[in-house]
Formats: sequence, structure tokens, C-alpha cells
Amino acid sequence: MSSEVHDSLDKLPLDSWHRGRGARMVPFAGYEMPVQYEGIMAEHLWTRENAGLFDVSHMGQLLVHGEEVDAALESLMPGDFRAAADMKPKYSLLLDDDGGIIDDLMATRRGDDFYVVVNGATKHGDIAVMQSRLPGSVVVDYMKEQALLALQGPRAAEVLETIVPGVGELGFMQGASFRWEGQPLWISRSGYTGEDGFEISVPAIAAAALADAICAHELARPIGLGARDSLRLEAGLPLYGHDLNLDTTPVMAGLTFAINKRRRAEGGFPGAMRILAELQNGPPQKRVGFDVDGRQPVREGALVLDGEGNEVGKITSGGFSPSLQRPIAMGYVASHLAELGTPLTLEQRGKLFDARVAPMPFVPHRYHRKGAA
Amino acid sequence: MPVYFTREHEWIRVDGETATVGISDHAQEQLGDIVFAEVPEAGRRVAKGQEAAVVESVKAASDVYAPVSGEVIEGNNALGDDPSLINSDPEGQGWFFKLKLDNPGELDGLMDEAAYRDWVKTL
Repeated sequence: MSSEVHDSLDKLPLDSWHRGRGARMVPFAGYEMPVQYEGIMAEHLWTRENAGLFDVSHMGQLLVHGEEVDAALESLMPGDFRAAADMKPKYSLLLDDDGGIIDDLMATRRGDDFYVVVNGATKHGDIAVMQSRLPGSVVVDYMKEQALLALQGPRAAEVLETIVPGVGELGFMQGASFRWEGQPLWISRSGYTGEDGFEISVPAIAAAALADAICAHELARPIGLGARDSLRLEAGLPLYGHDLNLDTTPVMAGLTFAINKRRRAEGGFPGAMRILAELQNGPPQKRVGFDVDGRQPVREGALVLDGEGNEVGKITSGGFSPSLQRPIAMGYVASHLAELGTPLTLEQRGKLFDARVAPMPFVPHRYHRKGAA
Repeated sequence: MPVYFTREHEWIRVDGETATVGISDHAQEQLGDIVFAEVPEAGRRVAKGQEAAVVESVKAASDVYAPVSGEVIEGNNALGDDPSLINSDPEGQGWFFKLKLDNPGELDGLMDEAAYRDWVKTL
């Protein structure tokens, strides 16, 4: 139960801010990061009811620019970047030649450039892949001096509006530039919890002051990585390195919304042959949710068995849902067993658990879609 | 009644030939919100240093080891309905199981309460 901290770990811009607020720091993605402050359960429920502030500065913020950058990005990813509207973040996937997922990311056209946010543990590999595969006229800048905060929850807009007036005008998956205390901010209405909320790119030197300003509001509290994981699991959102990796394709992972009609018709992205075939004929396995009987969490690595005890899949994320007060999980199963309600058995450390394929999200999304009030 | 502690953060409170076992306040704090506990049933034999129970927090699963060998005489069934007792009262109502000691001599290698509390401060 001891948490080892290695000297080689990097520190985030908000490192001392977290420690000052009582965070327990753990190694994650090469950094020391806050896993919790007052406790995962309380932080999780706070975010579902109020507003939680997450430091996600470990994530890679990139600026990709140069001649015909949109067409160039389409050679690496299946997104429709040529038709991408300005200031609208798009979810996409960096793919290898077999259609396996190198990373999942958000890419936003900002004028002539694309602002891309990738996962922390994969960012250096992503940059290398982009630099080696993009034409020489396209440049990838790693925005090392930027911190990234996320404010998530049903009261997030109310809180942030008091600090950055105008953010409430943004619709879900829309971004804009703002200024705060003379510092430039890039804010998008997006996140990883299933709740309404914002992601805020801020110069690292101003990050602690902004975090202080947000947490001075009585409805906002700092939230650690532990609750970030349980929130995204309830929201049915996959986590790279667990639910997505080089062995999973976008079709297996149920992320086909990220491949639009034109790209399906034209192909031209890595692994297109396999991915288009899977779109046509169905993938061998599918990512699904599981309701698990009893109270004991079934976690990543557990096996999925059919009625005869054959291994038919694997759990890739699982835990106890603080909102539902019962265990939930996500994983992959053979496609013929992926139908909702299919009874399956999970095996963890020699113990068997009854489970059923369940719809995701487990907890409904509450995004701020304009016109939906 | 004397209470002893292990380096794996179990406590054992001895009353003659029987003893009650649980995890320390430090252990529950490290684990965080506990959502599940599985305790051994009466009649099961446990060996010193071997897994005797399971405790799971939101974040992770951990084994609870038997501080000494013996036969379980009672598991704390209250933990099945309310595992958060381990967080709220780890060294009281959040006990895991009671056992009959095979060999009280096995207690000799354990820390007494003062030694344990001092040691925990150094972690």
C-alpha cells in the first residue's frame, strides 16, 4: 500500500497547488498526479451535482499547421478535417496501417491551424508518428508551456461564467478564445465525465491563479484522477491504453461516429481496408458495457466467459459506480454475444460473477446541446 | 486486551485463546472509500501470512492477511451490507473476523500499538 514516487517523474505546473490542497499524488503518465483529495466517492458525487476542477495538464496540447493541414491530417486519421468547421472540436483517432488505434484525441480547426489534444502517456509517440508521416510542409508544435484544466458538472457553466464572462454562450463541442487577467485562454465546452463542462487551455504560469479563482467559488472543488476514471466509466467513455489500443479498431470500439460518410466512401486513412471491411461485415469483437451482479467490483483483466465456460472476451475497465452504488464494467466480447441483455460470466482471480451486456452510458450524458435547453 | 499490528497493517486484538482481526486506520485511509469486503466463514483455517479476506476500494482490490494461524470462529457479516464500516470504524465495528489461535507464540513477532503508530508515522 505504499506509493512509490520516482525521481524521474516530471512535475505538473500545478504540482504544489495540488499538494497544498491535500492531494495524494501518484505516478501517472510520467508525472506525479493527484489521484484524490478528500476521497474518490465524494469527489465523484460532487462533480455529478456541482462543479469539479480537474488538472489534465499531462495531456499533450499540439498545434498542427502548414500547407493543406486538413488534408494532411486526413492521411493519419479517419476524421473529415476538410469539412471541419472553425472552433468545433472533433473526436478522432490516430491509426496505424492495420487500423489499430495509436491514440484517441480531439482536434479543433482554429483558423489556419489545428489544435490537437492527445493523451498524456502517448503524446511523445503521437508526435513522432505525426512528424514522420505528415508532409514536410506541415509542422507539429508541442505547446509545452500550456496547462490544461477541465471544469465539469451541472454547475460548471454557472461557476465559470463568474470568472470568464461569455463562456456560457458556448454550445457543446464549441470553443472560443477568451482573456482572463491579461492571459489568453482557449476554452471549449467539452469533457470526459458525461456532464456539461469546459476544458481550459491556460499558460502554465497563470494556471495556479486560475485554479484558485475557480475553486474560490463555493460550487467548485478540485477533483483527482480517481474520480475522473469512475466518472468516464459511468459515461461509457473509453480510456486509451485500457479500452483502446493497437489491437482495437474504431469499429470494434464502437467509435464509428468518428468516420463520416465521405471518409467511408473515399477511404484514404491508415487501415482503411480493414476498417471499411469491418464497417460492411461487422467486427469480430465489440466493446460493450456490463452490469455485474453483487457488490464486488470486476476490474480490467477479468475474463468474459460464455455459458459453456469458453473465453469470449475480456474486461478492459471496471469498478464500483459511485452514482449507481453497484459494480459496472466495459470490455470486448465476440460480436455474436454483444447484444444488450446477453447473460455472460466474468472470471476474476478464480471467482465467477454473473453479468449482462448493458447499454452505455451507464449514467445518462447531460451535455449542453444548443436548442435542447 | 492487548492489540498487535502487522507490517501489512492488520491489527489483532487478543482475548485469551481467541482474537479479533481487522485493518488499521492507516490502512483504511490509504485504501480510500471501501465498497466491498469478503470475510472468511466460521470453520475455515487460516495460516499466518496467508490471505484470509479481501477488501476493495473504488480504486483497487487488496488482500487481508492472517496475522497468526488459527481457525475462524466468526466473520463480520455486517461488512457485507455496509463495507464503509471499515472506513468509519476500522479498529472497532469494522473488524473482519475472529479466530481461535493455534499458537499464541506467533504474536511475539508483531508490533505493539505504540510501536506500530510510531512506525506508521515514518511511512
